[in-house]
Amino acid sequence: MIDAVGNPQSVLVLGGTSEIALAVVRRYTAVRKPRVVLAARPSYRRDAAVVELTAAGVPVTAVDFDARDVDGHPAVLDKVFADGGIDVALVAFGVLGDAERAWQDHEAALELAGVNYTGAVSVGVGLAERMRKQGHGVIVALSSVAGERVRRSNFVYGSTKAGMDAFYQGLGEALRPHGVTVTVVRPGFVRTRMTDGLPPTPLSSTADQVAEVVVRAARDRRELVWAPAPLRAVMSVLRHLPRAVFRRLPA
Amino acid sequence: MLVRLSGWGRTAPTVARLVSPRDFEAVANIVKKSRERGVIARGLGRSYGDPAQNAGGVVLDMTRFDRIRRVDVDAGLVDVEAGVSLDALMRALLPFGLWPPVLPGTRQVTVGGAIAADVHGKGHHVVGSFGDHVRSLDLLTADGSVRTLTPDGEGSALFWATVGGMGLTGVVLRATLHVVPVETSYFVVDTEQVDNLDDLLARQSADDDRYAESVSWFDVTATGPRLGRGVLTRANHARLDELPAKLRRDPLAFDAPRLFTVPDRLPSGLLNRVTGRAFSELWYRKSPTRSGQVQNITRFLHPLDVIGEWNRGYGPRGFLQYQFAVPFAAVDVVRQVVERIAASGHVSALNVLKRFGPGNRAPLSFPMPGWTLCVDLPVRPGLGRLCDELDELVLGAGGRHYLAKESRTTAEAVRRGYPRFAQWRAVRASVDPDGVFASDMSRRLEL
Repeated sequence: MIDAVGNPQSVLVLGGTSEIALAVVRRYTAVRKPRVVLAARPSYRRDAAVVELTAAGVPVTAVDFDARDVDGHPAVLDKVFADGGIDVALVAFGVLGDAERAWQDHEAALELAGVNYTGAVSVGVGLAERMRKQGHGVIVALSSVAGERVRRSNFVYGSTKAGMDAFYQGLGEALRPHGVTVTVVRPGFVRTRMTDGLPPTPLSSTADQVAEVVVRAARDRRELVWAPAPLRAVMSVLRHLPRAVFRRLPA
Repeated sequence: MLVRLSGWGRTAPTVARLVSPRDFEAVANIVKKSRERGVIARGLGRSYGDPAQNAGGVVLDMTRFDRIRRVDVDAGLVDVEAGVSLDALMRALLPFGLWPPVLPGTRQVTVGGAIAADVHGKGHHVVGSFGDHVRSLDLLTADGSVRTLTPDGEGSALFWATVGGMGLTGVVLRATLHVVPVETSYFVVDTEQVDNLDDLLARQSADDDRYAESVSWFDVTATGPRLGRGVLTRANHARLDELPAKLRRDPLAFDAPRLFTVPDRLPSGLLNRVTGRAFSELWYRKSPTRSGQVQNITRFLHPLDVIGEWNRGYGPRGFLQYQFAVPFAAVDVVRQVVERIAASGHVSALNVLKRFGPGNRAPLSFPMPGWTLCVDLPVRPGLGRLCDELDELVLGAGGRHYLAKESRTTAEAVRRGYPRFAQWRAVRASVDPDGVFASDMSRRLEL
């Protein structure tokens, strides 16, 4: 259960090696020792996270999870929820890919769409079904400002995020009467492994800064937040720019 | 019907199926058909945290069972259904010159809830807690059967596990309560305005025993030498000859005006350092020292009952009440907690400090010989950390939390605070092996 000041007793990360998600987990485990489930493909990074959290006294388990393997998702979630409920679930997986390849290479485009959109919808439906039954919980969906208005420079990625963002907002409406909150988080440029080598844009942030926004938003049961917060105003302007102006903006 | 429920603090709401059974048979059927997420009884929802909500499960609305079945004036016994509120009970008893000896800070609680939380009032140092006045109770257990339990007879272990058991041993359907005779519905009140916390503690230690009711309010916004300045209010039931002539005509009169109801649209943050300080100053000044003043029930016992839904004043983020008890020897912890709150920047206006008398046989009953302190804190960033720090002080001194107020501590804290927890757990396990009775609190604190 989530207590009066917002401490969860259990946290699930889908995409358990995401830097943002791990930063969120570290923030939660700095206060209490919730049960943590890291669902991700087996990797050195997943093992390292388990070792780190275990050393900190956190009861953590790793579960094999591949965002592409949508047929396997229900079984993964069944396994996760069998050990008691999940208070906070982070949908944190995603791939950025090579933007130019992504719109010209069939396989690359489908990979992005499959992971970022289809995979997110797949786990979203699964989480919704299980959280409804437990009558409470928070689903945090890590979206992106890239989906708010897609740019020429990364529109395939942007379009997948636009789709998952819209899906989770709608899911939040559907789950409201069932006591479940869906928090859609739209970070701007985050300096992580995923963006390594890319030139940072204004209002960029670190994974831990985004994590702070996530923890606060989940605690306050917010439905849509930007990280950092001023991006909300910036995106509101960008969303309304005429195309002719928008396309001239520096990438 | 799916309903979003929270406690009086309006924190951590969850959704459950709320059912209002018409008779005890219907209650038994619901319990027998219970599924994975279980069942919990709910009264008037005055617990601050999450003991009367059950995410994804069933919540039994017990307020329909509001019949007072029999009053035996000579024996001082009353037979009631569990959904009777203490307000209704008190109103019904007064014309007979009878009085429920234990009334908590609000009368808007049900008998079932008062048993489940083993509530206490300002008279604890003399009369003990609610469970001490229950002569028998009917408990519907997980197997669907109804057991009549008494404090000393067969099944006394289950009786005392139910007292303070937060509804987790079964559903209290009926109870027979011991009530006491009174000549009037008034109190003769001595009020003392006290400069600081040490004085407040000393005066209560000195002569609390002269009073049937004793409680103090203190200020956590004043710092330095005035830290913990407060108002000590102590009283005895007024005898008929103590009433002024005007009141003597109707000595058992009772009037509880509802002056206004707080609207549901107030923002969080109305109680802040500025308003908190102003309120505390006013409250302190309005209560100059005087003795022998005759006051009515509402004014002396339940001043907050004149405002409907006052919890809304804290806004949508809600608030929590931090109440603990520590042994007399750990009086220093009381001081440290007050200092820690005063220094924290968190503001509490409604602060209560009281001496408890001896505890009772219920393993999860809150009162223990010592001091109890209670503060109301609006939820703000950093509040969780402050409370975690206070927990360390309290538990380190052999103290404990009051589960009727509790909304954010850990499973471990309950086990540390209640040394007889394992004994209670064993009774619960034997009477409800599958965990049919479950609440958000029972999941959160692994009760």
